[in-house]
Amino acid sequence: MLELDGISKSFAEEGGGAQRSLFRGVSLRLEPGQSVAIMGESGVGKSTLLHCIAGLETIDGGRIALGGVELAGLAEEAFAKVRRERYGFVFQAFHILPHLTLAQNVALPLWLLGVAREPAAERAHGMLVRVGLGDRANEWPRRLSGGELQRVAIARALVHRPALVLADEPTGNLDPERAGSVLELLLEGVREASAMAIVVTHSRQAAARADRVLRLVRDGLVEEAGSS
Amino acid sequence: MSGLAPGAGRAALGSIFLASLRQRRMATLLSLVAIALGVALGLAVQLIQSSALDEFGRGMRRLAGEADLQVLGSRGGFDDTLYLTLAQMPEVEAASPVLEIEARLPGHESNLRVLGIDLFRVAQVQPALLPQVRAERDNARDRLAALRPDAIFLSPAARVALRTEDGELLRVQSGLEEAGLQVAGSIAAAGVGERFAVMDLGAAQQLFGRIGTLTRIDLRLAPGVERREAEARIAARLPPGVAALAPEDSAAQSAGLSRAYRVNLAMLAAIALLTGAFLVFSTQLLSVVRRRQEFALLRALGLDRRVLLRGLLAEGAFVGLVGGVLGVVLGYGLTALAFRVVGADLGAGYFRGVSPELRFQPLVSFAYLMLGVVAGVAGAALPAREATRIAPARALHAGDEMEILQARPRTAAALGCLMLAGLACLLPPWQGVPVAGYAAVAFLLAAAVLLLPGATRWAMGGLAGRRGVLAELAQARLVAAPGQVVVAGAGVVASVALAVSMAIMVHSFRLSVDDWLRTMLPADLYLRASSSAASGHFDAPSVARVAAVAGVAAVREIRFETLRLSARHPPVTLIARPLSGGAGLPLVEPGDFPRDGLTDRPPVWVSEAMADLFALGPGDFLKLPLGGLAHEFRVAGVWRDYARQHGAVALELEDYRRLSGDGRSNDLAVEFVAGADPARISTAIAALFEPGRIELASPGEIRALSLAIFDRTFFITWLMEAVAILIGLFGIATTFAALSISRTKEFGMLRHLGMVRSQIGRLLAHEGALTAAIGVALGCVAGGAVALVLIRVINRQSFHWSMDVAIPVGLIAGFAGLLVVLAALAARASGAAAMRGSAVQAVREDW
Repeated sequence: MLELDGISKSFAEEGGGAQRSLFRGVSLRLEPGQSVAIMGESGVGKSTLLHCIAGLETIDGGRIALGGVELAGLAEEAFAKVRRERYGFVFQAFHILPHLTLAQNVALPLWLLGVAREPAAERAHGMLVRVGLGDRANEWPRRLSGGELQRVAIARALVHRPALVLADEPTGNLDPERAGSVLELLLEGVREASAMAIVVTHSRQAAARADRVLRLVRDGLVEEAGSS
Repeated sequence: MSGLAPGAGRAALGSIFLASLRQRRMATLLSLVAIALGVALGLAVQLIQSSALDEFGRGMRRLAGEADLQVLGSRGGFDDTLYLTLAQMPEVEAASPVLEIEARLPGHESNLRVLGIDLFRVAQVQPALLPQVRAERDNARDRLAALRPDAIFLSPAARVALRTEDGELLRVQSGLEEAGLQVAGSIAAAGVGERFAVMDLGAAQQLFGRIGTLTRIDLRLAPGVERREAEARIAARLPPGVAALAPEDSAAQSAGLSRAYRVNLAMLAAIALLTGAFLVFSTQLLSVVRRRQEFALLRALGLDRRVLLRGLLAEGAFVGLVGGVLGVVLGYGLTALAFRVVGADLGAGYFRGVSPELRFQPLVSFAYLMLGVVAGVAGAALPAREATRIAPARALHAGDEMEILQARPRTAAALGCLMLAGLACLLPPWQGVPVAGYAAVAFLLAAAVLLLPGATRWAMGGLAGRRGVLAELAQARLVAAPGQVVVAGAGVVASVALAVSMAIMVHSFRLSVDDWLRTMLPADLYLRASSSAASGHFDAPSVARVAAVAGVAAVREIRFETLRLSARHPPVTLIARPLSGGAGLPLVEPGDFPRDGLTDRPPVWVSEAMADLFALGPGDFLKLPLGGLAHEFRVAGVWRDYARQHGAVALELEDYRRLSGDGRSNDLAVEFVAGADPARISTAIAALFEPGRIELASPGEIRALSLAIFDRTFFITWLMEAVAILIGLFGIATTFAALSISRTKEFGMLRHLGMVRSQIGRLLAHEGALTAAIGVALGCVAGGAVALVLIRVINRQSFHWSMDVAIPVGLIAGFAGLLVVLAALAARASGAAAMRGSAVQAVREDW
């Protein structure tokens, strides 16, 4: 379970002046198998909230716990270990390494966890089969379309069975038709793995595929009107 | 297309291209430094050598004065009746006889060149040699001072070097005796830095025991006489061992001795410049990789492909120009420093006694400046061509940079280069310079660089079973982008090949010299009256006194002389000593020639240089001018000689004395009875002579001194190599700095996946180490091949000596390991900037 409790974040004004509050009082409880979509105005701090959850930004106040383990205040190396073991990421621009084959890209999180070459390759291949690219495991990324690259990214995000997948605009670079199927693939994988997912998106259509849709405002997360 | 407005190209040049150099300051700076160092080294070598040669040539021309021809003999000289013969020839208007002596000066390190001249003749042919009697006591008696047998006149440089004033006594040694000469004035017309003295010819002959002997006659031909014809007619009147030469030919022969050494140094500088061009290549290619989207956009907006090409070439030219200017300035600085610290010949001993002045040489400076520009443009050419080939539509596609960093294996081209290298090794030298040998080195280096992509794939395949994510990632990167290894490793290959080849060559050379010295110095103690060229010598009574010392088992005399065997070659050295049928020589070709009834000719053993220069081998016949007559000898073997580049011939002392009538000797080799006390015997022998008259040295001391001179000679080459290695490391650093910046997104993503900064640093270190390891491995193999070319072709053709190949395995392994570690550190340090940014910023477009 992921617990966010009263998280606040502020930035120093440009020129080193006073602190400007970005958001405060952000609370969220997410159970395994659940997904949540976060929407909001540009600049409200959606991405920053994801950075905070991922330990890539520090928070000013509040607590973050994953599976009952307090994460806020962990040292950089310790949080890196948490990310390796328990987090999966999906980026808008895919960030598939061009010098690795598709299978190697997917196996990357397993390599980082010290999984041996052969079992890592097997699991990576399995994930590629799941996302419909099993027959292209040994190809180089430059031959793939955007939608295919994002499928590889989803396979990479899920291959090490993370507890939490963070995705920021995962469909931002895809056409609406492909966007739907890619997001469905991601959320289906999350549900099957009993993981949790937080998806930041501007697309109502995409957001609607998550279990819950929340809107980030200055004073926290609120239910998006019209979502169930 | 030409959709650009006039002047748009120039605007684009300034704001798009040259401005980019400012943005990548560090890479630009390192490229500038690399080119500057290459230009500086090349220019310094050129300036030093040309200044020394100019000064040397000027000195020779001044001494030759108005002479049209010089009749030259060996150091031992020829009969002075030849002077009368030549002076009476109708072709000759004026003749000036000269006896040249290298006078040993007791208490001084160096000898003094003394010219005995005929004061009444010298003014007609060599006015520069006219002595100037000191002015303060200008009376009739002193006006004739030049004719006094005890008067000597010093050039200003000799006066300064000997710290001697007018009126003081200068002590000179002849044989084992000392004589005092009074400094009676100067030679005002002598050039700056020319150290010599003149005295009356008859007095010099008397003082140095050379009565009736001359070493040179300078001739001025009668008006209207054609020089070549006169030369032929005069040559017909000359005895064996004497030749007629134009003064410029004589100077060229002397200067030619150092040519191979000068060319060798120039080649080393050229390789440093080549490494600099590699650096420009890597920084420019990486710049193209980074800016591919910018170029795609510009192309889409209508920028002409040719403007793009010109702009990128201009970047290279600009780097080359600025590097060239800095290099020229630095070159003059290095030259001035070298003149002060190691002398005009960079420690090699070719121009001793020459003190050149540093002069600005506009043409040479401009040529080297242009070499810098050429290196910059050449380095930028290939990346510029790649940039024009980028398809704008694809440039935005992820992974596009990987296509640029692809590098196809060029095995066929590499094999072609290797074949050409092999063929070049078979070609003879061109005018004494091993041009084809240097071409073979260039082909070998090119082959090594061309083999880099294939070697990378092969090596990475061999590492496939390695465990560890960092190794996996580094290996995958290099397999997918072997061009990265080519870009970063090309400079490493070139510089390592240079360093390894020089290390093998110098190590082989040093061991061979050491072996040679052991063979050449079998005795327990050596006595020297003066250096082989100078005026000190032992006579029979002094030899007998040494032989009578208790504990001395045997004394062997050694006589050094020079022989002029042809007008085309400089004199060769004659070494007369007891040889026991050649057993005491380091023979490389023993004289196992067929007995054909002509073996009554006395045997001689020729050095490798002489065998090469005079096309001689065991069994051949050779005429040597001894005692004014030509005597025929049979070549009984070829021996290795590292001391005399222009050739040496050894013969039995007994044969030499019988045929020449010369009973003097320069050195004595003393053997002790078994168990004798060396120190006691040395002291006893030293006590036989006046202090300072002779030098005593054990073989160990002579070896130590010789090897110290050897090390000094190669000091400059080590310095130049260090610069080349430094430039190679710059290549690794700049490549990884540029690649790291273009890989910030990759690093950001890896940090999202749980990698920490230190792991990314280690990843870069892995890549740097693997890149360097491949470059170093290929460089070592190429270096081994280049070493063979240096030893078997270039040295043989340049200096005419062979050596046994010996590989300093420990030194090379240590050097290779150190370079890999340094490369890893350089890669890691150069990627620090890319790792400093936050992971969030790295993937900013997404989050």
